Amino acid sequence: MKGGDGDCYYSRRQVHMANVQTEVMSPVKATRRRRNSLQAKRERLFYILVLPWVIGFLAFTLGPMVYSLYLSFTHWDLFSSPRFIGLGNYAQLSGDPLFWQSLRVTSIYSIVSVPLGLIVSLMLAILLNQKVKGLSVFRTILYLPSVVSGVAVSTVFMWVFNPQFGLLNALLGELGVKGPGWLSDPNWALPSLILMSLWGVGGNMIIFLAGLQNIPVSLLEAASLDGATLWRRFWSVTIPILSPSILFNLVLSIINQFQTFTQAYVMTNGGPLHSTLFYVYYLFENAFQYLNMGYAAALGWILFIIILVLTMIVLATSKKWVFYQGE
Amino acid sequence: MVILERNLSARYSSRRFKLMTASTIKHLVLILLAISFVFPMFWMMSTSVKPDFEQLRWPPVWIPNPFDFSNYPNAMNFEPFFQYITNTLVYCVLTVVGTLVSSTLVAYGFARIDWPEKNFLFILMLATMMLPFQVTMVPLFVLFKTLGWVGSYKPLIVPTFFGSAFNIFLLRQFFMTIPNSLSEAAYIDGANELVIFWRIIIPLAKPALATVALFQFIYGWNDFLGPLIYLNDQSTFTISLGLQNYVSSYGTQWGLLMAASTVATLPIVVLFFLAQKTFIQGISLSGLKG
Repeated sequence: MKGGDGDCYYSRRQVHMANVQTEVMSPVKATRRRRNSLQAKRERLFYILVLPWVIGFLAFTLGPMVYSLYLSFTHWDLFSSPRFIGLGNYAQLSGDPLFWQSLRVTSIYSIVSVPLGLIVSLMLAILLNQKVKGLSVFRTILYLPSVVSGVAVSTVFMWVFNPQFGLLNALLGELGVKGPGWLSDPNWALPSLILMSLWGVGGNMIIFLAGLQNIPVSLLEAASLDGATLWRRFWSVTIPILSPSILFNLVLSIINQFQTFTQAYVMTNGGPLHSTLFYVYYLFENAFQYLNMGYAAALGWILFIIILVLTMIVLATSKKWVFYQGE
Repeated sequence: MVILERNLSARYSSRRFKLMTASTIKHLVLILLAISFVFPMFWMMSTSVKPDFEQLRWPPVWIPNPFDFSNYPNAMNFEPFFQYITNTLVYCVLTVVGTLVSSTLVAYGFARIDWPEKNFLFILMLATMMLPFQVTMVPLFVLFKTLGWVGSYKPLIVPTFFGSAFNIFLLRQFFMTIPNSLSEAAYIDGANELVIFWRIIIPLAKPALATVALFQFIYGWNDFLGPLIYLNDQSTFTISLGLQNYVSSYGTQWGLLMAASTVATLPIVVLFFLAQKTFIQGISLSGLKG
């Protein structure tokens, strides 16, 4: 984030005025006072403008976070009053096989689908960035599925993955392959959902495409005049210039994939045999089906810490591999 | 001479041939990809207009013969989808209003007015984007339950009137691109900050505002976890919640389910085609200008 020089044109001018005024006589003092009150007015306006967000932050984010931390040290079923049990929830978590299973499922899902999604969306963007006839048609078709998300998509994919009459096994059947049971097979349920996640890479693709269009043609031409091969140009020109978009997509993908919920709730109910027990699904079950509010709060905090640490790691390493143009 | 010419033209045509094959391959790959991206939706619509006996046929019938639209009225009879859509529309429009009003004002504060602790607040705001909703899910539920709001749309709508980090960030990025000289000129002409905001900034920011409105609308339309937690009476369900309810009760009647899914996605698809440019501009804006 660059602050932008336009930020504070007032204060700078005011500093200048102040310097002049200290040396000059009294008539200017009136102006100075007016300027100062003007600055104060602007500050007040800033307060007023930003106030809704500050209130919202305190009421809907910070307050609940603190409360959630407190709840994570209690046992609470929502009806009686919370009973303080110290680190009891966390101790229970460490011995809870379903907690580990949910962590495993979510990690595998993220570790596979985040890089896979980035690679696929980057490849799509590169394909679209060639001189292609009907670019806008292709772009529309590839982007649209990412906009249509949620329950409807889950429903459609339940039908696509249907072992007997679904689209996927019908196509495999035409090729002479007998498809697996997909969502009903514990070994295939999670891969099915990973496959499905690829359908929504359009958003990332658009961001990459915008980044690719920022690459000056002269740069690629210069590189190819210097004898750089296609491969070399990709790694030494395209990737470095795209790196801010890669960082952006990477961070958002990690955050999103760790919060996967709808698919598990609508399509598989976490099964079969807990093979799609996503972390947030398990959290939801604890909170709203078993009414283990304290336990759910502890799960929430652990998720927060995991996402925070992952994001920090990505951001810390990004100094080594992200390049901003014009620096 | 003749040999040389022939040689040249042969070389030229072989180069052209290479370029042409490369371009053909590119287009072929893209067409294949496009087909595979469209296919699930095609399959959804095709199933929704298939008579029952064709649905479970092997190999599948790609284009139904005859078309049978009875799944639509039947699905609508089993479940009040029209009511769900009305609910969702009202809900989406209210959250769009909330987001636009609050996020625009806050973003303007962050973009234009100088203040010592501004950067700290701004970074704090960006940090909240990393906060998973699930951390505050339980306490927020408790808060809204205490207020007696559970079962209504209030928990889903009221918070949008306090601005959301992502939208504030997006709008702030856009406001920063508007040259200061414009507002400075207006200032010298005696306009105050709010007049400048309303008369100069807002008209210029229309594309960004449209993007925010659109994203918020789509978010509301697709959101599932929020409505799932707060709504419990069927007559108040949003379309996503209603569809899920339908799936869990008619889990194997694919014709009906696909008709219902088509009803749930069609408005978004239409909106997408109407506002495609806004989408693509917006998503590029969010990703790049740092």
